[in-house]
Amino acid sequence: MPMSPRKRAQAFRGVQYGILVLVVAAMVFFANWEKLGNAFFDLEAMSTQFPGIITTALVNTIIYTGLGFALGLALGLVLALMKLSSVAPYRWIATVYIEFFRGVPALLVFIALGFGVPVAFQIQFDTYSTVAIALGLVGSGYIAETLRAGIQAVPKGQVEAARSLGMSQTRAMVTIVIPQAFRIILPPLTNELILLTKDSSLIYILGLLGTQYELAKFGREGMNATNSMSPILLAGLCYLLITVPLGYLSRHLERRAGRKRDEGLEVTA
Amino acid sequence: MSAGTGEALAASGGPIVEITGLHKAFGMLEVLKGIDVSVERGEVVCIIGPSGSGKSTLLRCVNVLEEPNSGTVVVNGYELTDPDVEIDKARRSIGMVFQGFNLFGHLSVLDNLTVAQRKVLKRDAGEAERLARENLEKVGLAEKAGAMPEQLSGGQQQRVAIARALSMQPAVMLFDEPTSALDPELVGDVLGVMRRLADEGMTMLVVTHEMQFAREVADKVLFMDGGVVVESGPPTKVIGDPAEDRTKTFLSRVLNPIHAAETD
Repeated sequence: MPMSPRKRAQAFRGVQYGILVLVVAAMVFFANWEKLGNAFFDLEAMSTQFPGIITTALVNTIIYTGLGFALGLALGLVLALMKLSSVAPYRWIATVYIEFFRGVPALLVFIALGFGVPVAFQIQFDTYSTVAIALGLVGSGYIAETLRAGIQAVPKGQVEAARSLGMSQTRAMVTIVIPQAFRIILPPLTNELILLTKDSSLIYILGLLGTQYELAKFGREGMNATNSMSPILLAGLCYLLITVPLGYLSRHLERRAGRKRDEGLEVTA
Repeated sequence: MSAGTGEALAASGGPIVEITGLHKAFGMLEVLKGIDVSVERGEVVCIIGPSGSGKSTLLRCVNVLEEPNSGTVVVNGYELTDPDVEIDKARRSIGMVFQGFNLFGHLSVLDNLTVAQRKVLKRDAGEAERLARENLEKVGLAEKAGAMPEQLSGGQQQRVAIARALSMQPAVMLFDEPTSALDPELVGDVLGVMRRLADEGMTMLVVTHEMQFAREVADKVLFMDGGVVVESGPPTKVIGDPAEDRTKTFLSRVLNPIHAAETD
């Protein structure tokens, strides 16, 4: 006898709960908790990581990401404006750049920058500059596309109104369009920041000194020193310390933007 | 032509808007096929005509939001079609009101009215705010100074847009179908503000479908069709007693749409 749709939905929900219980039970019964605990939750090994993992590694990760994001934002804005330019070669250059740096793994960009550029041009940046440039290059491609979408999402009438009031094209862009574009793209931009935070774990490839370690490198060094996996778990938790609040911030901004739209609709309706 | 002599010319009493031989094409589509219009200081000119007749394009050519292909546009002494004209400076004296209001969404009502005064005319904040509040008062929205545009009704937004244009103290105001996007019950407030503006002697060019407004407020009505001015003159003539068949057909459709549909 065929089940009614409501009964079927109920049965399906039951199956989903069943699967969940089975998976949890399997983990509880079959995982070797003693070994796992020794390897990953060794509190003694973890305690040796303090305070360096906070004062050096967490701080460095935030500094590297911050520098990279700032540069990526500046570069991304230039690229977005190039992509919207009426001069065709600017558009081509921006498109090639964006496609390249979005499509190539961050690790390869870091290697090219860390080892290729010094060989090619006989210049050596200090670590912070190299890291900022590397992360900036990786971030700028994504940020440029986000910014371009944001700028294009601002209605054309806004520029026309600004121009009709005597503002120059540049003035209209700076005073009217870009502020509104940023309001639109704040949530996706926060996501870019989260991605960049994680990408910063790859800059170990540039060869860092002990005081320059970021979280991932610090955790791996700790792993070697303590002969335990626990430090890397701790480092992972430290990433969450950065990314989870950023995620909340992003969702909060999204909700606020959404609410504003809804309020707007309500009033004009 | 230098702006100095131009302004002197305008002040000496010639027409404030002088359009000669204006042509505009979008690709292969020729939208304006040789338009000549002149507007005297203090005159209200309404432009009527079927959609696609080029009315809005003509208006947008007056402040060069659309670049004409040929012909000249002189406004308040500035020849806007001259490649050497300081276009941003010329536009300061031409206020424009759009069908879609186009208030700056990230700025409060007051900031919408002061931003161009401060950034373009370099007025100090106090002076800009004083003028802004004066103009908000004029459109009956003094109490909305702190509101954001999205909190206002369409009619209120359009009145703010008018106040924003007035705050630049323009010599002429352009209205591009200012009431077409409004709910019917909100049209009256906007037309009321425009009528008061006309009574105060503002020079106005209005693209509109509001025949009642054109009949009562306009000094001159232009009927456009197919990219040319078919007929122009006082409203009693063009709307009351049109000479051209095309004008008659258009008016019968606009003034009596149900009847016109039956006889089509």
